[in-house]
Amino acid sequence: MSAPQLDVRYVADLVRLKLTDEEIAELQPQLDHVLSYIAQLNEVNVDGIEPTAHASAVYNVFRADIPRGGFTQEQATANAPHSGSGLFLVPKVVES
Amino acid sequence: MDLAGLTIAKARRMIQAGELTPVQLLDAVNAAIEKTDPQVGGYLSRDYERARAAAEKADTKLPLGGIPVAIKDVINVEGAPCGCASKILAGYTSPYDATVIKKLRDAGAIPFGRTNMDEFAMGSSTENSAIQITRNPRDPERIPGGSSGGSAAVVAADEALASLGTDTGGSIRQPAALCGCVGLKPSYGRVSRYGLVAFASSLDQIGPFTHTVEDAALVLQAIAGHDPLDSTSLDVPVPDYSATLNDGVKGMKLGVPKEYFVDGMDPQVAARVREAIEVYRGLGAEIVEVSLPHTKYAVADYYIIATAEASANLARFDGVRYGKRAEAPRDLADHYGRTRGEGFGKEVKRRIILGTYVLSSGYYDAYYLRAQKVRTLIRRDFEEAFQKCDGLLSPTSPVPAFKIGERMADPLQMYLADIFTIAANLAGICAISIPCGETETDGKKLPVGLQIMAPAFEEARLLRIARAYEAAVVS
Repeated sequence: MSAPQLDVRYVADLVRLKLTDEEIAELQPQLDHVLSYIAQLNEVNVDGIEPTAHASAVYNVFRADIPRGGFTQEQATANAPHSGSGLFLVPKVVES
Repeated sequence: MDLAGLTIAKARRMIQAGELTPVQLLDAVNAAIEKTDPQVGGYLSRDYERARAAAEKADTKLPLGGIPVAIKDVINVEGAPCGCASKILAGYTSPYDATVIKKLRDAGAIPFGRTNMDEFAMGSSTENSAIQITRNPRDPERIPGGSSGGSAAVVAADEALASLGTDTGGSIRQPAALCGCVGLKPSYGRVSRYGLVAFASSLDQIGPFTHTVEDAALVLQAIAGHDPLDSTSLDVPVPDYSATLNDGVKGMKLGVPKEYFVDGMDPQVAARVREAIEVYRGLGAEIVEVSLPHTKYAVADYYIIATAEASANLARFDGVRYGKRAEAPRDLADHYGRTRGEGFGKEVKRRIILGTYVLSSGYYDAYYLRAQKVRTLIRRDFEEAFQKCDGLLSPTSPVPAFKIGERMADPLQMYLADIFTIAANLAGICAISIPCGETETDGKKLPVGLQIMAPAFEEARLLRIARAYEAAVVS
């Protein structure tokens, strides 16, 4: 990974993060700097090493399939910026 | 009533002897906040009436009966704000209690006050809070550390007996060191994360800030244990942490990792930690040098793994179910883009972008997969070190508290503040920071933290090692 350019504008768009031109101008060199620091991991020989996804390896944790209480519709929508009739209201998605 | 010097253990003895009531204690904490917090800025909000109602009916027979505990703004308390010190969650009210809060209540404690933090726990100085600055109680020009800076500062400033924080890469231990209190990061899986707003799910742990090791044991006792609501919490019995606290370190082998004394660290910090190591030798511990050869890669490794997990976890902030929403969006893409662009602060944006990049097609193997393999090597370093010793001693932070604004322009310098704490999170082991003296810096006396690390689920041993120093040096 010989410093492939991280295109801040492109990645921000992928992750639905609208940035101003000023923010991009500030973030680009900062992230380039962090990436060049991170590149030191290339020095490490990881041949034959298993990846660690989690500190304590637990797999397939099951619990008894018993119904338990959850939020009421009112509780669930209480923090929504826009709601009505117990539903979350969002901008129109499908064009008419 | 002055809270200075008042510990949970002492308050409990006074309450049980009838010398103090939970309401008097709560009022003393509230008065201390009113007096001191305008200078410190550790609290974001508090609900006195609700805490008062809980204090009036507190069951003083319970282990933490009547003890108020301040809570970092990232842990859900039913009916209280949980804003993660972010604009995007302004006005959010929790509809439920996190498991740690439920457990605190079951032990008789009273959640009281929301503490400041770096936005979404991303930072090492609490300067990334979108709400306010928190100042180090020892020097108002300096940061309290982070990300749990508010939780550390309110304990150190005697505005709380104890608080809860979270530690993903040092966010409990580093501010505890910089403010001069005790901060414990339990082993991964020891304490339930249910109800904690996730930053990096494979690294996050909740733990206490206290004045003493004894108090840390009391709070851990209350919050530890398996929780069916967190599938990563392990079903391992919780020992009686107080029972072995005073057993001492005679005959123990304590390792000093040579990679934890690096060029560029403050010489006074190194000197204080060396002195603490000599205290352990004097207490009958055998001091051995050990090596953790992959230490130098821990920060780089962490900033791949933690940001990758964060970029996924923070996808939930979409302006639909909770939080702030951008005004008058043109369409759904504009709604998401502007809601997140306007709602998140700079550091959160930096990390979401970095995390998205290291997970993106074409770069996943080079960054994320490689980082997971290096994580295995870091974990093995500790496994091998713990073959040779019972615990590890090191500095918590390479420097004392730095000045407000000093590192904000250079994110990488800020990341390096966690150089000694990050590896414990990657390995999942338990670690604690305890005060071990002071530096004399620019005419100010600044606290130094000694970090002690022990194998996963060996908190009893960790606390015992920590208590031995405290008993020998403090009281």
